[in-house]
Parts: sequence; structure tokens; C-alpha cells
Amino acid sequence: MQRYSAFALAREAMRFHSGWERAWRSPEPKRKYDVVIVGAGGHGLATAYWLGKNHGITNVAVIEKGWLGGGNTGRNTTIIRSNYLQDPSAAIYEKSRSLYETMSQDLNMNVMFSPRGVMMLAQTQHEIRGYQRTAHANALQGVDTEFIGPERVKELCPIIRIDGPRYPVLGALWQPRAGTARHDAVAWGYARACSDMGMDIIQKCEVTGIRREGGKVAGVDTTKGPIDCDKLGIVVAGHSGHLADMAGFRLPIESVALQALVSEPIKPCMDVVVMANTVHGYMSQSDKGEMVIGGGADGYNNYTQRGSFHHAEETVRALVETFPVISRLKMLRWWGGIVDMTGDRSPIISKTPVENVFINCGWGTGGFKAIPGSGWAMAELMAKGTSSLADSFSLDRFREGRFIDESVAAGVAH
Amino acid sequence: MLIFTCPCCGERADETELSPGGEAHIERQSVESSDEAFEGYLFIRENPRGVHFERWRHAYGCGKWFNAARCTVTLEVFGTYPAQTMRPPQDLLDHISQRRPGWTWRDLA
Repeated sequence: MQRYSAFALAREAMRFHSGWERAWRSPEPKRKYDVVIVGAGGHGLATAYWLGKNHGITNVAVIEKGWLGGGNTGRNTTIIRSNYLQDPSAAIYEKSRSLYETMSQDLNMNVMFSPRGVMMLAQTQHEIRGYQRTAHANALQGVDTEFIGPERVKELCPIIRIDGPRYPVLGALWQPRAGTARHDAVAWGYARACSDMGMDIIQKCEVTGIRREGGKVAGVDTTKGPIDCDKLGIVVAGHSGHLADMAGFRLPIESVALQALVSEPIKPCMDVVVMANTVHGYMSQSDKGEMVIGGGADGYNNYTQRGSFHHAEETVRALVETFPVISRLKMLRWWGGIVDMTGDRSPIISKTPVENVFINCGWGTGGFKAIPGSGWAMAELMAKGTSSLADSFSLDRFREGRFIDESVAAGVAH
Repeated sequence: MLIFTCPCCGERADETELSPGGEAHIERQSVESSDEAFEGYLFIRENPRGVHFERWRHAYGCGKWFNAARCTVTLEVFGTYPAQTMRPPQDLLDHISQRRPGWTWRDLA
């Protein structure tokens, strides 16, 4: 693999950038692999990466229906945080956040991780109590968060209006080490590292069936022909139900649209991420200067990858109330992604009723922040059959009543 | 934007006037049911890519619940019908089969 560095940049600048090689190979699929991962988004590629890095399994194919990182990996609002209430969530999200800190060095790809801090506004008395509880829980879990008052909120983010008429800002849960990263670069970095380890990343290859023999997985049928495998990992977010159907089991998942929008670029005015869960909106400023805005999820099942207009309107209305300064901004782009929501709003990283089929899904509205940790846990589960990070997130928790109930703690906005 | 005709009051209503209520025709379970049946009732969902039957409430209208058939890929609305039934009316099923050749009703949950 050609290493990226300041020296490489200078060298290529001298020869009109004619020497850059492709970041990953695009091979035709082989007939058989040890492990096949369906879905070349962040989670799928991270799973493959850690399978190779931590467990020495490199005879791996990652197959993708569309293009690499073109699903929710390329559609999120790039927020990374780990201020969760429940212990299993805090463990996996904090692992993930800490892996983001060294990701650029690990992958030799600048993912532009910016630990600028995330604050979740408390705008009702309930939220104050809820976030104080989360801050205490985080202290026990070793996650660095604190509950701050409205003056400190104003100090950290001067454009915010703390005495709004409807929902004044009463405080916030502040995680200084949280932040944002370049979402495409995360997928590209993992793809490049996987390809370098000899793994095959096969794009534009749709899975059309999952072959089973005696309750065990035998392989997958794809639009590029059949591929055999010993182990299969399904990491396809919104389309998990569809793949599970092929493998012959059902999931506690509903797919809904979640939407986001970005404004025209403006001068730097906000160097933190602000989330307002009561009014369903969150905002940060990208390095290009665009205000990146995320809203709540729609309430009904949807596979169209676009949201409904009145939800965007609701989000923008709420944000204009909290940030009057943005009221005349023009919006440039508006898009939706299909997110897979579970009953307790926590993910599923689990074995399945079909032997050697593993599933990683249900990240709902908060998958991007979890990419490295999720891949770490999924890889461990696939290689060893158990993982301390993943075991609490097994599929049978819904039958056994072991919920990891973040629906009350996190609400809609991630 | 989704537009439904409420079968209870006959008004045409867009989605801002309605509240979504999730999958329809889920059979209620009780304390005698098995763990598996209860899990199915509470959590396991059809989540189809295509024809979907779901519950909606005419929240800012007559306030009544009704059922609707809709495509989750194209957002086409096939029709609505009263909620007091375990099976959609035959003429609606015929209409969906006509719009989506090869589609058949299967007993859900």
C-alpha cells in the first residue's frame, strides 16, 4: 500500500499527481471465502478490518449492492459521542470513540476526527434530571461528561439563545471529547486497509439468496454468481429485515427514514455540536462552513431514502427558535437514509438461528459514531463466538426481557 | 406526502393530520402465551420492502383508528379500511394483487 504522508503529497505535487494508485482493488469474487460480510458500509468494513487486524482472518470478502459507503455511512451527520446511560451502551460507544481518536494514524487516512465537544441541551425539568442521571452514570462508567448550566452553554456556543420563549435552555450534558469526523474517509480508510490485507471488496454485487445446508450457512447467491463461505456477517442496516428473510429468520426491527440537511457555507460561528432532543433537532458546522442539521425519524416504515417535508420543517423551526442567527440561511441539500430501529433503540450484534450467520444491525439513528467499536465487537464475535462488548446486544434479549433501554435515555436524536 | 381517506369519517387527510400506529393485524398475546409468542407480539415486525398494512389514527380529525395498505418503496397508498377486522377486505387485496402482480396476502404474525 502506498502510504499517505506530507512527503508523498510533495512528491506527487512535483509530478502532477500522476503517481497516486487506487486506494483499493476491485476484484471479481472468488468461489469461496472463510468469511463473507454483506454490506460495505462503515460497520461492514470495520468488521472486516478488525477480523484481519485482531484475529488474523484475511480470506474475507465484503460485498456491496451499491457503492462503498453509499448508504447510511454517507448520509449521517457525522456526530461521535458516547454519553449513554446503560452500561453495555457506554462500553461499546466509548470503545468506539476512543478508536476514533487514533483512527487516522491506524488507517494512514485522515478521517478528520475533530473532538470539538457535544452538548445535549436540557430544555425541560425532565431533561435536567435525565441528563444529570446520565452524567452520574457516565462518571461510574469512566466516560468523561458533565452537566453544565445555561451560562456555560452560552459561553461554549455564543450563537445559542438560552432564554427562548417555548423551551429555554436550562443546562446541558457536555462531553468535551466527543465530536465529528469525515464520514466518507472512515469508509475509504477501512476499505483501503482491508484491501491491503488481501481482502476483496466487491461493489455492485447484490445478494439474492442465502444458501443453507443442515441449519448452517453454505454461501450466498449474488448477481455476480454464487460465493461459498464458512461464516456470514450481515451488516446492512435498513435492509437487515430483507436479508434476514432470505436466511429464514425474522428481526425485531422496523425501517424508517431519518433525514438531514445542510445549509450554504458561512463563516465559522459554532465550534461545538449542539443537540436539542426535546424539539428534535441538532446542528454542527462542517469544515467547509455548512451548517449540518439532523432531524427526528419519521414515524412510519419507509424504504425510499427520502424524508417527509413536514419533518424537515419541524426540525428547522425548532432550530431557528434555538439559533435565531440561522433564520435567513438557505438550505443546499436535503436527504434521507433508512435506519433500522429496534424496540429498545439499542443495536443487535448477535449470532442468529442459522449457524455461522451473524448479524450486526439495529443501530437506528446513531450508527456512525459506533463504526470502529461495532466492527471490533462483531469481528470478535465472528472469530471467537463470544465478545464482552457484544454479548449484551444479542438477539435473544427481546425474548428474555434483557432490554438495553436507551429509548428513554437517547430519544430520537443521535 | 401520504394522503389517506379516513374510512371512519370519509375525509381525505394528509399525514400531518394523522398519527402512525405501526404494523396492523398483530395478534394480542396474554400471560398464558409462550415467550416466543410474546416476543412476536411485542417486537418482531414484518417490516416489508413493499406492501405493508399499518394502523393510523386520524388524530386531528375524527380521532379514530383505521388501517391502511401502503407500499413502503414507492409510498403508493392502496386503500384504507376500518380497524375492526383481522383480515383486509377482499376487494383491497384484489386491488393490491393487480397493482403488484405476484403479491399475495399472507397471514401475518
